Amino acid sequence: MTKANLPARISLWRKIVDKLMTILVLIAVVLAIVPLILILGDVFMKGAPALSIGFLTNVPTAQNISGGGIGPAIQGSFIMVGLGALISVPIGVGAGIFFSEWSTSKLSTISGFMNDVLTGFPTMVLGLFVFILIVLTTKEYSAFAGGVALSLIMTPIIARTTSESLKLVPTSLREASMALGIPRWKTVLRIVLSTGKNGLLTGVLLAVARAMGETAPLLFTAATSVIFAKSLFLPTASLTIYIYNYAISGAPSLVTQAWGAALLLILVLLALNLLVKLTIGRNSSKARMEM
Amino acid sequence: MQFRIRGDTILKILLIAAALFIIGIVVALAAELYKGAAASIFKFGPAFLIGSKWKVNKNEFGALPFIYGTLLTSAIAIVIGFPISLGVAIFISEKLKSHRSFGYVLGIIVDLLAAVPSVVYGLWGVFVLIPLLRTYAQTPLHHYLGFIPLFSGNPNLGSDFFTAGIVLAIMIIPTMSAVSRDVLNAVPNSQREAMYSLGATDWEVTQKSVLPYARSGIFGGFILGLGRAFGETMAVTMLIGNIPTITANLFSPGYTLSSLIANEFGGSSGLYESSILEIALILFAVALLVNVLARLLLWRMNRGIQIKF
Repeated sequence: MTKANLPARISLWRKIVDKLMTILVLIAVVLAIVPLILILGDVFMKGAPALSIGFLTNVPTAQNISGGGIGPAIQGSFIMVGLGALISVPIGVGAGIFFSEWSTSKLSTISGFMNDVLTGFPTMVLGLFVFILIVLTTKEYSAFAGGVALSLIMTPIIARTTSESLKLVPTSLREASMALGIPRWKTVLRIVLSTGKNGLLTGVLLAVARAMGETAPLLFTAATSVIFAKSLFLPTASLTIYIYNYAISGAPSLVTQAWGAALLLILVLLALNLLVKLTIGRNSSKARMEM
Repeated sequence: MQFRIRGDTILKILLIAAALFIIGIVVALAAELYKGAAASIFKFGPAFLIGSKWKVNKNEFGALPFIYGTLLTSAIAIVIGFPISLGVAIFISEKLKSHRSFGYVLGIIVDLLAAVPSVVYGLWGVFVLIPLLRTYAQTPLHHYLGFIPLFSGNPNLGSDFFTAGIVLAIMIIPTMSAVSRDVLNAVPNSQREAMYSLGATDWEVTQKSVLPYARSGIFGGFILGLGRAFGETMAVTMLIGNIPTITANLFSPGYTLSSLIANEFGGSSGLYESSILEIALILFAVALLVNVLARLLLWRMNRGIQIKF
């Protein structure tokens, strides 16, 4: 049978609509990618002139004095993200194991649902919550409060990626282990966790990347500082708040420094994200969703 | 034997504690915000939601301009961002069906938009996007479509609903397109093949067979994007002008719930502080509602868990 004999010939109009939609979909792809190229391009071009060793290690200076840097901001960001990870990794991994290994329990369903809801929560509100809980009690903005606020953002991400990656571990492995008489806790910790550890690492890296870029939850918890942090219980600088303050300062020399800090931040975040996406995260498509 | 039982019990208790912790955060969050907002709730009652005055020195507070700003900027973001996200998802899952790895790379590139921090979007918005939009979007729109109230205002201000909405659109594209992409990828091929066997074109297959099958998941992604737009703080704060305004004119400065908190919570006290906490409570309630709805839709779609509405 030749094509012309087919009973349902595709009319010209239907062909035109089909081509038109293909073009529209292509335009959508272009529209989604162009902003990314523009943003990355601008951050690289405007940020690169600001970068130098001194910029990375010095303390900030007043706007008309040169040689100011982002040393305290880098230090503060690392302290608070580290603290956030210290709190959120055990809780997130624990909850994730529970979601995947006890998936039939009612608590697991409810908590898993709350966890997903929490990932989409306005981070500004989480910051206020930590302000009420900690800053009002200690009467001081602090790296500790900032770290706790970040941990609230990191925990649900880690919990979800952990549970999704553990669900990929074949049930037969668990059964084999149980059949050998190995107790369940040992099966979970030695067999299931070690098989799913790549997914776990993905979750932690994604959570770290997410926390690094957060500003709103730090505004009323860590606030800011122009000196290197000496205590966890004093106001602490961070890269994101530094960028925010300098961006709205209106002083050209400070704005240039804001671009420099933005470039550094973007480089770290792109590296983390690409590491996750291109290597270990390839199998956990859920990780992508929860960002 | 004794040891085995103890190990299992200890592990289970620890895991349950972690799971309870997550529920605890949400509950404590609601309780603390309510406690902080109580003074304002008792003083203004439901009128707070429709009050349009925000006068700190007269102790008069109303949330309407901020609710309006949040809704309007999110609406702009959705109108622009949703079709683009859906287009990207259709391109990756339908057009690149036979080029999986290319689709995967394109997906990663679009996902990278989510890796850019909010404050960097704000920085970029202030110094790059505002002048760009002024020249290539706002001025022409005002010139040719100025008779429509939406575009009637002065196009040269820069910090306005329009700019904030555009940046929000860019920020929610990765969320919405990633969810839609996963959902479209989950549509069984038999669904497409049946349509092709009837002689349909590519678009007809997508439109009549794939999209209807995936609609609840796509809607879930849509709501999730909306939730992100509602809660987004830094970029909007840097771009919207921060003046409480209710107007149909998109080229006017405005204010949103989250940017009010970011700008005014520090240094507030008494009824002023309580009113800001009530704003946070509104944001919390809306975020809870939106996220619960989105998750119910996505859970039903992805996991086959039957949840009755």
